[in-house]
Amino acid sequence: MFGPLISKPGSSRKNKTGSWRTEVRPKFLQKNCIGCKLCMLICPEGCISEGESKVFTGDLLFCKGCGLCAQVCPKKDVIMEKEDAAQDKAKG
Amino acid sequence: MNKDLFVAGHTACAGCGQSLAARLVINAAGPNTIVVNNTGCLEVFSTKFPESAWEVPFLHSLFENAAAVASGVESALKYQGRKDSVNVIAQGGDGGTADIGLQALSGMLERGHDILYVCYDNEAYMNTGVQRSGLTPFKTNTSTTPLGAKSTGNPRPKKPLPEIMLAHGIPYMATSSVGFPQDLQRKVKKAFSIKGPKFIQVHVPCPLGWRYEPQDTLKVAKIAVDTGLFPLLEYENGKLIGVRKIKPLPVEEYLKTQARFRHLLNNPGEIANIQSLANANIEKYNLRIEEVTAEKTVQ
Amino acid sequence: MKEFIDGSIAVAKVVKLCKPGVVSAYPITPQTHIVEELAQLAANGELDAQCVNVESEHSAASVVLGGSAAGVRVYTSTSSQGLLYMNEVLYNIAGMRLPVVLTCANRAISAPINIWNDQQDSISVRDAGWIQMYVENIQEAVDFHPIAYKLAEHKSIMLPVMVCMDGFILTHGIESVDMPSQEQVDKFLPPYKALYKVDVDKPMTLGPLVDPDSYMEARYAIQETHKDVLKMIPEMAAEFGKIFGRQYNGLIEEYKVKDADKVIVAMGSVCGSIKDVIDELRSKGKKVGLLKIITHRPFPAQQIYEALKNTPKVAVLDRSVSLGSYAPLYVEIKALFFGKPKKPKVISSFIVGLGGRDITKDSIKEMLRLLGSKEKSGEFIDLKPELLKEEFSYE
Repeated sequence: MFGPLISKPGSSRKNKTGSWRTEVRPKFLQKNCIGCKLCMLICPEGCISEGESKVFTGDLLFCKGCGLCAQVCPKKDVIMEKEDAAQDKAKG
Repeated sequence: MNKDLFVAGHTACAGCGQSLAARLVINAAGPNTIVVNNTGCLEVFSTKFPESAWEVPFLHSLFENAAAVASGVESALKYQGRKDSVNVIAQGGDGGTADIGLQALSGMLERGHDILYVCYDNEAYMNTGVQRSGLTPFKTNTSTTPLGAKSTGNPRPKKPLPEIMLAHGIPYMATSSVGFPQDLQRKVKKAFSIKGPKFIQVHVPCPLGWRYEPQDTLKVAKIAVDTGLFPLLEYENGKLIGVRKIKPLPVEEYLKTQARFRHLLNNPGEIANIQSLANANIEKYNLRIEEVTAEKTVQ
Repeated sequence: MKEFIDGSIAVAKVVKLCKPGVVSAYPITPQTHIVEELAQLAANGELDAQCVNVESEHSAASVVLGGSAAGVRVYTSTSSQGLLYMNEVLYNIAGMRLPVVLTCANRAISAPINIWNDQQDSISVRDAGWIQMYVENIQEAVDFHPIAYKLAEHKSIMLPVMVCMDGFILTHGIESVDMPSQEQVDKFLPPYKALYKVDVDKPMTLGPLVDPDSYMEARYAIQETHKDVLKMIPEMAAEFGKIFGRQYNGLIEEYKVKDADKVIVAMGSVCGSIKDVIDELRSKGKKVGLLKIITHRPFPAQQIYEALKNTPKVAVLDRSVSLGSYAPLYVEIKALFFGKPKKPKVISSFIVGLGGRDITKDSIKEMLRLLGSKEKSGEFIDLKPELLKEEFSYE
């Protein structure tokens, strides 16, 4: 007989840490972006991805709202904006 | 970008320097890597059953034995004739590496196992509540070196872990900081290009334990390096082959970013003590950017 | 083939035949010769294993944990202080369901420091989840190592096994032993196939943090598996008998128990001396017997019950003690009879041979003599009152 013993790889994705956000969320302005990909590099959740060229988004299902991406962007193209009720409904 | 090998859904605090560093390290190491991890924040927030953030094989045993367990994994790979195609990382926090784990680490280095050891240094036993470790800096306010009528914080300087590692005569030893993510990844890749025991210490600010706003993790890490308090060094076969040159900031610029040092700010004597620690590093490793000579600046 | 061989060398040789891939141990008297012999065999090229000379027992156990977790058969050995030093790793190995095999050269525990034989060390880790077997002589020490590997690596079991052999008495004793051949071992013990491991070809996370919602099931699973072990040991021993020609029950051995008035229950090498005393007393018409316990974990309660339920008087011989309470084996024997329809009239506890104090034929006879109508709950045999004083004094 075996009990809890091992975990499957990448199974943490079940845990939607986006529900942690209470104050702010990242907004990618896509105005001044130079495609340096520093935001993708330094997100501790790894939840920033590139769609089309230079179009970056943070996965709000996982984003904890830490603000590292806004702070590191050399062109200030990422800002932290307030969470609000309408956006809360959308994230589910 | 290659597939992330340390994925979202882990329960690290928002802005945790260690979670970012762990992600950078394993992405640099690649999918043919086995990770052996000591007990600590990283292991706890990334492998709570049944959820694991690791896309690579991951093994956790106890608090102080990752280096020994990794030695066993490496030996098994050698026995199977597979060691050349598989990287082995042993990793842990400052407690599991420099204090309770120092014996196992020393044995692993001395025996010459082909393993990279990564120490995530957030300068206290964070997972158990910010108690002081051997790598806690001088005069830090921690839960076991609290402030009081008879105390101004941790009475001892940081244990010289890089020097202890170097004394083992290993082929590669580097210090790095999560504030310089590309440098950290370069060092991991460099380490895996060398056979034998390797060691990288990563300075990882902790928003909770150091007490600053989460978004400042990279900023705090950079300032630490720029004061000379945490120099970025790279050694190959015992020779210093690279440093990050700095235009030194006064240590006060660093101390004022974190509430764990707040008590020092109105104490010029203590600040001077800490400044002399930074100055000693600047002197010893020749960290100051020279205006005239064309010395290589390591990014 | 039969050899006149030293116990440690014999164990090293049979371990070599079992083909471990990673061997790691830290020297401690009286285990040292086992590991030195393995190192020599490796140096000669006869043992194809990674021999890792670690800096402590804690690391020795950790190295074999890592090697086993990577899917390779492993081996380690220790004793006394070393076993206690690796204590937390032992619990870890069992909890992680890794089939490590460890030889414990039973030795007393400090303080006072003492390098001679008793069973306090392996007894004190009996809760860790390991299968624990106590051998009587060097032949058993040899035979139970392949059995240990086969048992540990069985896909329904996957638990570590500790083969306990009395330090010095067996490790440094020389006996006539029928050493197995490589062919026999290969026939009995297939190569190790891990059910779960760290492998880049199939990543998984081993050793996760488990919270109150899931921890109990992990422990329950081990408890249930030990019941399977009780069934499996006699089956494996029977299979062993077919290939090697030596028959064991594997759980217990009954020596002239059936009609005995008095039976001694014991583990380890002392059983050899007890058998001699029994033969001598039987020739004088005394009905005495020995119940030897080979497997202590899992505890073969049912088998012991069946063997002793009609025996009027039982003496439990412990070579260890739970200070402040009873002797460990005694407690378990008493407990298994509680509430049962049949049980001995008297079950007495005797604590003997601590720290290597010789258990002579006279000691054994003394125990049988003291096994009277009144139960004794912890009688030390061969004590020297001249070394005891009520109050400490420098003199």
